[in-house]
Amino acid sequence: MPKGIAVDKKGQLRSRPSMSDTNLLLTITVVVFFILYLSAILALGGGFTKPQNFLNILNNNASLIVLSCGMSIVMITGGIDISVGAVTCLVCMTCAVNLERQGGNMLTALLIGLGIGLAFGAVQGFLVAHLGIQPFIVSLAGMFFAKGMTTIVSKEPVRVTNEGFLAVKDTRITVPGLGSNNKLGEYIPAYVEVGVVIALLVVVLLFCLLRWTRLGRSFYAVGGNNQSANMLGINVRRTKFLAHVLCGLLAGLGGILYFLHVGSGDVANGAGDEMNAIASSIIGGTLLTGGVGNVAGTFFGVLSLNTIKRIVSALGFDEAWWSNITVAAMLCLFLVVQSIVLLRKNQSKQ
Amino acid sequence: MSTPVKDPKTQVKRPDESLFKRLTRHQMFIPLAALTLLVLFNLIADPSFFAVSLKENSLGNPVLSGNLISVLDNASELVILAIGMTLVTASSGGQDISVGATMAIAGSVILRMVCGGQITADTLHMPLILAVLIGVLATMLCGAFNGALVAYFKIQPMVATLIMYTAGRSIAAWINNNELPIMNDLTFKYAGTFLPGIPVPTPIFITIFVIVVFWLVLKFTNLGLYTQSVGINPNSSRLNGINPQAIKLLTYVILGVCVAVAGFIRVSRSGSINYSRIAENIEMDAILAVALGGNALSGGKFNIYGSIVGAYVIQFLTTTLYKYEVPSTALPAYKAVVVILLVVLSAPVVREKLSQVKKAPAKTAKEVS
Amino acid sequence: MQQGAVLEMRGICKYFPGVKALQNVDFTLRTGEIHALMGENGAGKSTLIKVLTGVYPKDGGEIHIGGVDGAAVIRSPQDAQNAGISTVYQEITLCPNLSVAENMYIGRTRGMGTNWKKMNQGAEKILRSLGIPARAQQQLGSCSIAVQQMVAIARAVDMECKVLILDEPTSSLDEQEVQKLFGLMRDLKAKGVGIIFVTHFLEQVYEVCDRITVLRDGQLVGEYVIEDLPRVQLVSKMLGKELDDMADIKSEVGGAGVSREGAPVLEARELCSSAGIKPFDFEIRRGEVNGFTGLLGSGRSECVRAIFGADHVTGGSVRVNGRDVKIHKPLDAMKQGIGYLPEDRKGDGIVGDLSVRENIILALQVMKGFFRPFSRAQAVAFADEYIKLLEIKTASADTPIKSLSGGNQQKCILARWLLTDPKYLILDEPTRGIDIGTKIEIQKLVLKLAAAGKSVTFISSEIDEMLRTCSRLIVMRDRKAVGELTGEDLTQAKIMATIAGGDEA
Repeated sequence: MPKGIAVDKKGQLRSRPSMSDTNLLLTITVVVFFILYLSAILALGGGFTKPQNFLNILNNNASLIVLSCGMSIVMITGGIDISVGAVTCLVCMTCAVNLERQGGNMLTALLIGLGIGLAFGAVQGFLVAHLGIQPFIVSLAGMFFAKGMTTIVSKEPVRVTNEGFLAVKDTRITVPGLGSNNKLGEYIPAYVEVGVVIALLVVVLLFCLLRWTRLGRSFYAVGGNNQSANMLGINVRRTKFLAHVLCGLLAGLGGILYFLHVGSGDVANGAGDEMNAIASSIIGGTLLTGGVGNVAGTFFGVLSLNTIKRIVSALGFDEAWWSNITVAAMLCLFLVVQSIVLLRKNQSKQ
Repeated sequence: MSTPVKDPKTQVKRPDESLFKRLTRHQMFIPLAALTLLVLFNLIADPSFFAVSLKENSLGNPVLSGNLISVLDNASELVILAIGMTLVTASSGGQDISVGATMAIAGSVILRMVCGGQITADTLHMPLILAVLIGVLATMLCGAFNGALVAYFKIQPMVATLIMYTAGRSIAAWINNNELPIMNDLTFKYAGTFLPGIPVPTPIFITIFVIVVFWLVLKFTNLGLYTQSVGINPNSSRLNGINPQAIKLLTYVILGVCVAVAGFIRVSRSGSINYSRIAENIEMDAILAVALGGNALSGGKFNIYGSIVGAYVIQFLTTTLYKYEVPSTALPAYKAVVVILLVVLSAPVVREKLSQVKKAPAKTAKEVS
Repeated sequence: MQQGAVLEMRGICKYFPGVKALQNVDFTLRTGEIHALMGENGAGKSTLIKVLTGVYPKDGGEIHIGGVDGAAVIRSPQDAQNAGISTVYQEITLCPNLSVAENMYIGRTRGMGTNWKKMNQGAEKILRSLGIPARAQQQLGSCSIAVQQMVAIARAVDMECKVLILDEPTSSLDEQEVQKLFGLMRDLKAKGVGIIFVTHFLEQVYEVCDRITVLRDGQLVGEYVIEDLPRVQLVSKMLGKELDDMADIKSEVGGAGVSREGAPVLEARELCSSAGIKPFDFEIRRGEVNGFTGLLGSGRSECVRAIFGADHVTGGSVRVNGRDVKIHKPLDAMKQGIGYLPEDRKGDGIVGDLSVRENIILALQVMKGFFRPFSRAQAVAFADEYIKLLEIKTASADTPIKSLSGGNQQKCILARWLLTDPKYLILDEPTRGIDIGTKIEIQKLVLKLAAAGKSVTFISSEIDEMLRTCSRLIVMRDRKAVGELTGEDLTQAKIMATIAGGDEA
């Protein structure tokens, strides 16, 4: 019997079915994000009232959103993939080198990016699912490997001048109805980059996948109790494998989006993004124990994380270390709140 | 599941392969085999790898030098961390990924204490032992913070320590106001380099001391039994009078002490600190050492000596790679390949397959006879 | 294949390291029969079922399924499901984080998409028809264990299976639910489904089954039609020795268990805990064996857990030997000479990966203190003494306890507490899920302990067992002590009546 089950042994039906853990944590996340942002608007005003400020959170973090979604899926199955940040970096560098030095075009770069992600996902997935090696160790090695490979591809930063690429990179999609007046009184419409559209599309697709498909529910089943899932007739190995493949693929896509945003390959790209992705997933209500989580929550997790970073820097704590300390404090707060909520919930059922 | 031993025939015994099996099943097999492989590789590729010579260091003292000495010397921090990490892994079924960051905190605190807040100092502003103790206290607090999150809030260890991992280096920078203090007093560097007149690097002695301390602790207390019991079944441990939370917390605090010692050695080597680079990625090496030592990363039973050998294997590998002029930035890629090979070989599924391959020819031979 | 057989297993062998779990076992299941699979713990019942359902790969033998030519290949639970074998396992094997409906349908549908509306409706219909108090969209984890078990049964039943395996499905169900299950089994039987029923409750076997196959030590003893095998013979076949039914062990040990006069060893007043029991009074004297009885979930375990400090005590007072004591945590109780064998052996009792020896000395070691470990020689002496005393069957004291059979694990836990030489020992369901031989040994041991002046609280789901050992029973209902029975009131009928609450006031 899994530890999580609390029992009222009488088997009486509660008057109202209790909220599932996933929905409960999602609600907390969304509420917290809105409170954060509203209080930032009320207390700090300034930049926070401008729609563009909000959209810039998306513009700067399109890649992180995609990475975090992949991370959430692996975490839902009870695993973890800490290689995503390094894979992002490797993808950026390889695409840059391909475009700049090998005369590649957008298509080859895209294929290379996704291919690298897929390869990482497939190899790690195989090791985790079929050989039963712990995901942490596997992706740790994956992270080392990607980091090392990046410097082998190029130690120097590679700036991309390919015109087709720059055209896509600089495309700004204006959002109808949103905008603000600048100091001269001109109306500047708010915009998002191409990457944001792709990232949002990914979130929606994954949300549907997780909620309504057999595979999606299998992810939850495997994360909830992997032996039970096996007994229920789910192919646990394949499910875990697919989760890692999906995560790898999303890391590849995340790398491409990162590349689209910064326009260069650099060994410092995506540094620490695996931690940001884990933090976003957790803030978004995904439990590392598996079985509970949601990409919609993860999306709000990314937003919350970056909102708080901005708030802290707007408050004048703009030395580099404050950003890290806030992220940590935020993570700590969320973990403790989650833990208390879940512990209470389980206790009240006894 | 066991059957009464009435009839010897009911016991399934395969004497022809039991030795091999027992050998490969032994916890120390993987780390020792890896060490042997590395040694063999170096012996064949270039026997001069093992040459140890007496040279004069910059101070004019005769000191031992050579790859072997450098492995033993440089592995010190890792070995000390791996010991603490083993306990944490065993009790909580997870790893502390903040050890590198807390090492930065320890180094930062110790430097601030001995430099008395100045950027460069030529003499100690505080007795060294006191400064180190304050450093120990600081990392014990970090350990207690991690441990409390894990034990009392029941947060998965890697996630709980992610907080310190993210914040640790920033806290370290904050302690010294983001300045990089430099300590020029020679006595400060004794611990990281050489004691006058002794040709063997001091970290080796410190490591031996730490290992002996842990050997004594495990022998004369129930730390081992309690930790394993809590790691395997916290409920049942509680019903037998153990306080699982306290034991988990204790292991994290112990790891904190290990971190401080390792951090001290590290800053003592150069007398300075670089917050973002000091002990970078060492948490990964420490966890790998635990895994290489044959300890389940999911907790429970542990063998501290496995982790120690594991740590030396990792350092041996690093030194070997350096020797073949692998650039330090590309090093992780090679390490990753080796690590994957090792864990794949030690995976139960693969081991079973391998032993089946060995078994098959033996069986057919029997059938023929 | 035999005429009318839906499943045939021939010469099944399964080895675990050092143990032949199954040797040449044959098993035949005919269409439209309920077939009991009996045997002591460690006899190989669960192993046989896990081989059949593809959880364990078999090391020899063939499985034939009706309507399919040649040997069936079953490598995973999915294969078994596809072959028309559906299973309800002893432990609940559902996912607590999914909804009830998802648990009933997942792993059964093909393709990517699923019609969720149809699925929920279907699930709701089945739940209603079986009278399971749960909703299709409810998260399974929020249901009680009994309801979860019923959902597992509903899932298995709903799959149009040829073979239904029920591996101890009744251990968490109450009498009413058991009857509902039996009704269901008879319906399926009428439809021609072959049912394999594994249970420890002999009454249930004789109530629903048509045939019995008995296993012992991994070998087939035989297959019998139920009419040809009276209960006594079944037991002796399972044990492999003649046994005059359940001997009256009370008299055998010499009429122990009789309450003796004197001051109570332990006295609790108005005790209550965070587990939600109503305040209760309790006392036990030297040499007395008493018990808590009541339906599952009536609060009998919670009472003893409160006495031992295993749950957070929220009120009341405890006196040991006439002195007021505070028991906040198990260690406090242990220091007062109280021992507690918990209900959930796997979850709360054994420390699976530790050796038998470490498991035996654990409690005494903890009482001795963190800084004073036993020497190896002492530990070996203690463990060997009790392994011999309780006849624990283990390859060696170094074997991990998890590889022992249930009964032997339980003996290790008993040894652990006996080693601490407790004045008062609480045994919560010490006989659950273990074989009859060991059950009787444990009951005898309880009476011996009482005769030696210890006090024992004995809790069991089987009233016979309680009657055989206890001299006083506290009856629980709805987390409240509703009656206390002694002497002549200790009859099955009287106990049942008190549990049911018919003769109150």
